[in-house]
Amino acid sequence: MNIENGHIPVGDAIDALVEFLLNHFQPLFDVITTAIGSLTDALASTLLWVPGWVLTLLLAALAWGRVSWRFGLFTLASLSLLEGMNLWPESINTLALVLAATVVSLAIGLPLGIWAARRDAVDRLVRPVLDFMQTMPAFVYLIPAAMFFGLGRVPGVIATIIFSMPPAVRLTNLGIRQVPKELVEAGQAFGCTPMQLLFKVQIPTARKSIMAGINQNIMLALSMVVIASMIGAGGLGKEVLRGIQRLEVGVGFEGGIGVVLLAIILDRITQSFGDAHHTSVTRRLKALFSRNTDNR
Amino acid sequence: MRVIHASYASHCSTRRKLEKRPGISYSSLIHTKTRTVHDAMSNTQASVAVNGLYKIFGGDRDQALSLLEQGRHKDDIFADTGITVGVHDASFTVNPGEVFVIMGLSGSGKSTLLRMINRLIEPTAGQVLLHGQDVSKLSQKDLVQLRRREMAMVFQSFALMEHLKVWENVAFGLEVAGVHRERRRTRAMDTLDQVGLKPYAETYPDQLSGGMRQRVGLARALAVEPSVMLMDEAFSALDPLIRAEMQDELLRLQRDSRRSVIFISHDLNEAMRIGDRIAIMQAGAIVQIDTPKNILHKPANDFVRSFFRGVDLTEIYLAGDIARRDEALIIDAGTTDLRGLLPRLRGAEHQVGYVCGTERRFIGMVSVASLMQAVESNAASLDAALLDTQPVAAGSPLSGVIQAAAQSDQPVPVVDNDGAFRGAISHAQLLQTLNQKPGHEH
Repeated sequence: MNIENGHIPVGDAIDALVEFLLNHFQPLFDVITTAIGSLTDALASTLLWVPGWVLTLLLAALAWGRVSWRFGLFTLASLSLLEGMNLWPESINTLALVLAATVVSLAIGLPLGIWAARRDAVDRLVRPVLDFMQTMPAFVYLIPAAMFFGLGRVPGVIATIIFSMPPAVRLTNLGIRQVPKELVEAGQAFGCTPMQLLFKVQIPTARKSIMAGINQNIMLALSMVVIASMIGAGGLGKEVLRGIQRLEVGVGFEGGIGVVLLAIILDRITQSFGDAHHTSVTRRLKALFSRNTDNR
Repeated sequence: MRVIHASYASHCSTRRKLEKRPGISYSSLIHTKTRTVHDAMSNTQASVAVNGLYKIFGGDRDQALSLLEQGRHKDDIFADTGITVGVHDASFTVNPGEVFVIMGLSGSGKSTLLRMINRLIEPTAGQVLLHGQDVSKLSQKDLVQLRRREMAMVFQSFALMEHLKVWENVAFGLEVAGVHRERRRTRAMDTLDQVGLKPYAETYPDQLSGGMRQRVGLARALAVEPSVMLMDEAFSALDPLIRAEMQDELLRLQRDSRRSVIFISHDLNEAMRIGDRIAIMQAGAIVQIDTPKNILHKPANDFVRSFFRGVDLTEIYLAGDIARRDEALIIDAGTTDLRGLLPRLRGAEHQVGYVCGTERRFIGMVSVASLMQAVESNAASLDAALLDTQPVAAGSPLSGVIQAAAQSDQPVPVVDNDGAFRGAISHAQLLQTLNQKPGHEH
């Protein structure tokens, strides 16, 4: 830890910290490994247990209901292409990793965002940490993740959680802070308790912003999951990595296209939940129904 | 009785303070204050009584209060100490069923004052009594209960929940109070019916126009059946036609079931139109509380007077206020001696007579010319001599009288609700009324 040759040994300090954590907190890491490992495995095996064509139809139906019939067709075609390229298990693995990382990072990120919106002190504390998490090059997370949690899915998911959480926190915080003052006053004036105010006024009003945060969270998770294949997380990223290692452009592109298609489907479907009540499925069906009766 | 004592004590202390403050004529206030105390006694209890309410933003509260005690102006205090005086010693009572308007320019503290009544803003000092209970001393839990049961609020920007359907918005107060879904739906539908929006119950607020949205805001407040409604510039964001419509709506709702309404406004015409009494605020303090007409005739200071410069007198005065009967010639409808009537008519004011039946029910007007014509054609009754004039209702504003006056040379007859002759308004008298300056008795 000496300053030698004008070099400040920040790296040494980090190494020492990691060493210390490894020596003293191994049981904690084991618990986390088990928890996240079983969540990811459960998701992956469930999704793989469902026949590919069933899942394809379900997702296409969701895309039709939430977005448009055109997008429903697009989803159908994309997923069929993935199956046609024999990339179905890889795609499902990637999806499972993304879902597991998203579930955990939302479970931490949303309450943290709400807390930061209600307390300025929390906001001041959280803000620089988020900056750090977002700007640190994604690859850097892989090293300690692999050291703490070994190789495979779990460190991949953990690196993904850290990398993808910031937008959910930020946009939840922002959305709740941007709820018009008179709306909050209206909630209070009609006798909301602080909890009622949060769940009946602030969160529903901030929905658009919160959903944008969730959407960003998922998108970042997808991009990180590909990188995480470097520590053996598997999925479509593995194909890309193989393409790079063997200089096989075709293989790399197949994996890449798979990631892009998954990204588009996840993006459009999650975005549709951020729109106002207009696009809700029930409303769409009602509109369809009333149009039919008008024609008669 | 506690309210009355408190209010009276505050009246005395207000007097002491006011005598130290320059620029405010106390004589005009004492009249109001005594009347308020008197009113509080005649109604067993006032709905809302506000006593010596202060709001100081930022800084040392005691320092600000002592500076105010020295008679310093809020602008000086802000310049010296950085402390903002939001509301300075406000006291008033609102009687059950009364529409009480608080008027002032923006920044005069009227919105702050309103929000201290349901404690959206915590008062720095003073008392807010609701049916004799001190709101400022309630625990948070009791305050929530009080807001659910007793007070409802209507906002300038409507403040509707965009994610809820219209009926769900109306039922919002009931929902947070834990009322069962079916019951709150029924109640919301009834209230929407009252404001004429029942067909829109299943739509979302963003599909409605501004006026309709504020009707939803109004219905949301009415749905909890509050004893006091707080309305914060509720109609200011609406365009003039819709605003007038909403004012009528409020007056109509008040006719059906009278509630105490505290209404904030910066529009004097609006205040005059809907207010039973008006409190005028200047720089955080209330400078005058009185009925619209008394304020018009006896403004407390130049500031209040300046408010009336742009006011539309034709909307403030009603036909019944200026109609006069003392000089008018009243003719019994049963008269058959038309010729004998002529000399009396020639000697009458404006040479017209007002034909009335039993219980002075107004039938029509005759002039010298029309009577002579009837005499020449040997008519047997007065009916033949009646002019083609429509009487104006005593409750209609002067704008309606002007319309009637423009259509004929004769004075405009005015009748009560039951059709009885109330008097007449001559053109000269109409012009005289419209020409007067605020603060001068006509």
